[in-house]
Amino acid sequence: MSVAHYIKSFTLWEFVKAHALTLKYFFKPKVTINYPFEKNPLSPRFRGEHALRRYPNGEERCIACKLCEAVCPAQAITIESEPREDGSRRTTRYDIDMTKCIYCGFCQEACPVDAIVEGPNFEYATETREELLYDKAKLLANGDKWERAIAANLEADAPYR
Amino acid sequence: MTEFFQSLGMSYEWAWAVATLAGILLIALPLMLAVAMIIYVDRKVWAAINLRRGPNVVGPFGLLQSFADGLKVFLQETIIPSAANKGIFILAPIVTFTVALAAWAVIPFDAGVVLADINVGLLYILAISSLSVYGVIMAGWASNSKYPFFSAMRASAQMISYEVSIGFILVCVVLYAGTFNLSDIVMAQKGHGLGIVNGYVFNLLLFPMWVMFFISCLAETQRVPFDLTEAESELVAGYQTEYSSMSFALFWLGEYANILLMCMLNAILFFGGWLPPLDWAPLYYVPGIIWLLLKTFFFFFMFSWVMATVPRYRYDQLMRLGWKVFLPISLLFVVLISGYLMATGHYGAAA
Repeated sequence: MSVAHYIKSFTLWEFVKAHALTLKYFFKPKVTINYPFEKNPLSPRFRGEHALRRYPNGEERCIACKLCEAVCPAQAITIESEPREDGSRRTTRYDIDMTKCIYCGFCQEACPVDAIVEGPNFEYATETREELLYDKAKLLANGDKWERAIAANLEADAPYR
Repeated sequence: MTEFFQSLGMSYEWAWAVATLAGILLIALPLMLAVAMIIYVDRKVWAAINLRRGPNVVGPFGLLQSFADGLKVFLQETIIPSAANKGIFILAPIVTFTVALAAWAVIPFDAGVVLADINVGLLYILAISSLSVYGVIMAGWASNSKYPFFSAMRASAQMISYEVSIGFILVCVVLYAGTFNLSDIVMAQKGHGLGIVNGYVFNLLLFPMWVMFFISCLAETQRVPFDLTEAESELVAGYQTEYSSMSFALFWLGEYANILLMCMLNAILFFGGWLPPLDWAPLYYVPGIIWLLLKTFFFFFMFSWVMATVPRYRYDQLMRLGWKVFLPISLLFVVLISGYLMATGHYGAAA
């Protein structure tokens, strides 16, 4: 070891330099956003909580083609269907197991009528596991609640599809 | 305070007992509060250096975070592993906590404001801080689990190694001050640097001792970069692994009380304790305890700062630093300083 090395190690030069650097960082503005009060911008393609949409006249979009059920890689979707009184085919059951879902977005890609979509909502933590087993009523309610945001996102993303 | 209670019509013995109890409470309760706030400061400092925000939700600026954590821990179930040695397992956190509080008895907060103004205050602190190894080793042994045991072995070896060099560093201070009494050590620092600056740290012979003392304090309190006893990646949480609820909280409180004690010792031994930084009359209008707390806070900031900056040492590096660097250097400085004091005929105040 050279003399310079000894001088360097006994004056703790490296430590002094490191601490000067961290002190500089101490006074830098924070990069963390103040989460519950501030939120990051989301892409229109953001794949969050699922929703079943309706047409503007209130008719539900889903025609029970079961493409989403077929394409779902996690097999999280379960659909049962029957003809309605007016003869049109509708789902009697549309369940998504949110604990199985991997949020790949294949269901909304497969959907021919833009009925099942993944909306911008990602804050739906629950206290029990059962609450994450979504049924048709819950999904339709989500659709009603998030329709404006979902429609705006679909429109923003449409030119790129 | 004894006189005050005597004036209430108590006999001397009773007044002394009540006054001592009141003194203990007057130190211990604010200390607990200080520990809670200092944990918050710790987290805020790390966060700031990592460009994060740190706790900011519980209470204004997140000030009540530690109390929320305390409440959470308090409401948890105390789990005692079935293979553990029950008696020692429960005793260990109690020992750690009690020992951490006991050392505060001799800390002078201001001129004459000290619970036990004993002449061997520094020796008392050395003795007490050696005792704190017992809490750790009891916890590691009684947990009957491998990682806590490794951690306890590491902790005891580490604390003993660094206590040796701390001892020599303190000898240097004592040589200069000529007394073991902490209040007298503080007073001996008055105007030490060029007759105007208070504190031993401005002495060229004692400055390296302060640097070593600070680093040894980090090792003694098992802070980063010497937190090998709690190395998460190797030992889960070290000797605290099997502990939960209040027994865990007692370790936590004891650890931070020790850290605060070490910060205060830095201030008292090298930075002039309750004296203002400059020996200049207007500065003496500020109460001494404010100066002491400011200095302590500064050292605590340095503790956090180091924690956010440096990575953890390897165990052999830790041992090498303790035995092959600190011990010879501190020994050399004991010789140098006593030689210097002999040659200049400059003995300490009381000698």
